[in-house]
Amino acid sequence: MSASEIPADLLFQSSHEWARVEGDTATVGISDHAQAELTDVVFVELPAMGRAVDAGDPTAVVESVKAASDIYAPVSGEIVEVNPAVEADPSLVNTDPYGAGWIFKIKLSKPDQASGLLTPAAYGELIG
Amino acid sequence: MSETVLHSPLEAAHIALGARLIPFGGWAMPVQYTSILTEHAAVREKAGVFDISHMGQVFVSGENHIAWLDRLLTNNLSRLSPGEGQYTIMLNERGGVIDDLIAYRISETETLLVVNASMIPEDVAWMEKHLVSGVTLRNESDAWAGLAIQGPDAAAIFGKLFPSEQLPPRNGILKTAGGEIVCRTGYTGEDGYEFFCPAALGPIFFESFISSGAIPCGLGARDTLRLEMCYPLNGNDLSPERSPIEAGLGFFCDLTKPEFIGRETLASQKENGPETKLTAIELTEKGPPPRPHYEVFSEGGEPLGELSSGVLSPTLGKGIAMGYLPAAFTKPGTPLLIDIRGRKFKAVTVKKPFLKKSK
Repeated sequence: MSASEIPADLLFQSSHEWARVEGDTATVGISDHAQAELTDVVFVELPAMGRAVDAGDPTAVVESVKAASDIYAPVSGEIVEVNPAVEADPSLVNTDPYGAGWIFKIKLSKPDQASGLLTPAAYGELIG
Repeated sequence: MSETVLHSPLEAAHIALGARLIPFGGWAMPVQYTSILTEHAAVREKAGVFDISHMGQVFVSGENHIAWLDRLLTNNLSRLSPGEGQYTIMLNERGGVIDDLIAYRISETETLLVVNASMIPEDVAWMEKHLVSGVTLRNESDAWAGLAIQGPDAAAIFGKLFPSEQLPPRNGILKTAGGEIVCRTGYTGEDGYEFFCPAALGPIFFESFISSGAIPCGLGARDTLRLEMCYPLNGNDLSPERSPIEAGLGFFCDLTKPEFIGRETLASQKENGPETKLTAIELTEKGPPPRPHYEVFSEGGEPLGELSSGVLSPTLGKGIAMGYLPAAFTKPGTPLLIDIRGRKFKAVTVKKPFLKKSK
């Protein structure tokens, strides 16, 4: 996938999570590249509502047929929403990773943290 | 085990098809081409083709080779006629499993053993150690490519490619006019056959089976398919520390034979009942897929052991697993708990296999 196909309004971690920051809230999911690598997502374990997380904390788990992968919080804050749709239909992570396949939302405790994440161009370069 | 990674004669074809290769039994083998779930469904509904070139082929010959093999393997080869095969197990002196394999009687004087990839050196060394005069071993594992064509359409595909040959009956073996070997066996629970040809011809036949309608399938689907049928995987579900009686494979151990390596352990376990048994376990609540090494507890929280295999069954849509449990907890319907990342999920023991095929 070339950088041009990565939505321009997202920021990324090198561990393949994306964050869409709107106001003081970041919506988080995994990149199209990550879902393609994992293939067939069969289970998503969501974090507890209200949980406080630090950037880099394992926060959710996405499982394919062969492996379980931790999803790391890209920013610090509080879990204010989780996506019940991916719990009911984990394949949304494969079919719409940047849309219906989002996983959780974090209310940022350190709003300037987002500036440390990768731009779509930098992430595109990372995944080659 | 050697650090050298072995390569299938089909590797270039796998890469061209977009396969992802993983290390397995010392080999680089495709785990999947497009999707494990799609490949799994292809085998259950139509037909899939698996590269099994990593598996070993050992030819045993000689006038008395059957009597010799019957002292080395648990099942009874003397009951077979040429052209027939059987699942059987090679044990250590303590009755633990060295390898599980299929033995096919090619003729009165020759038998083919198809063994697990990772065990080829150990199996051959064990056989050589016990070799007697008049019996000859030929390890031809490197010379053969192997393909497993599995699924309800597998027989029709064979008819298309080999119109003048007849598929052997279940468990049977056939040598085609061209010298390929066709065995009516598999590891998926579907009809199908395992096809062996000279390594150099492997890519050509692989392509022929695909163009005749078989979907290329990797080790990922092979694992979900075999676990739905409770077929054990050596290294996961079988080990030198566990006997086939514990593994629930007593059917393949002929204790009426007066002598074979490991027999004493099996006879005593059969008489007294084994202390642990490889048990089929199903998750009864929605949860993460069970995986090997997850811990198993009784309903009351007593630790019982760990899972040896586990997946989310693509056909049944629920978590299925196997593990060695104390005999008292193995009766179907026994409630259990499986620890997954610190949370305990409800599970229950069930009768094998998970997938009940209506045939």
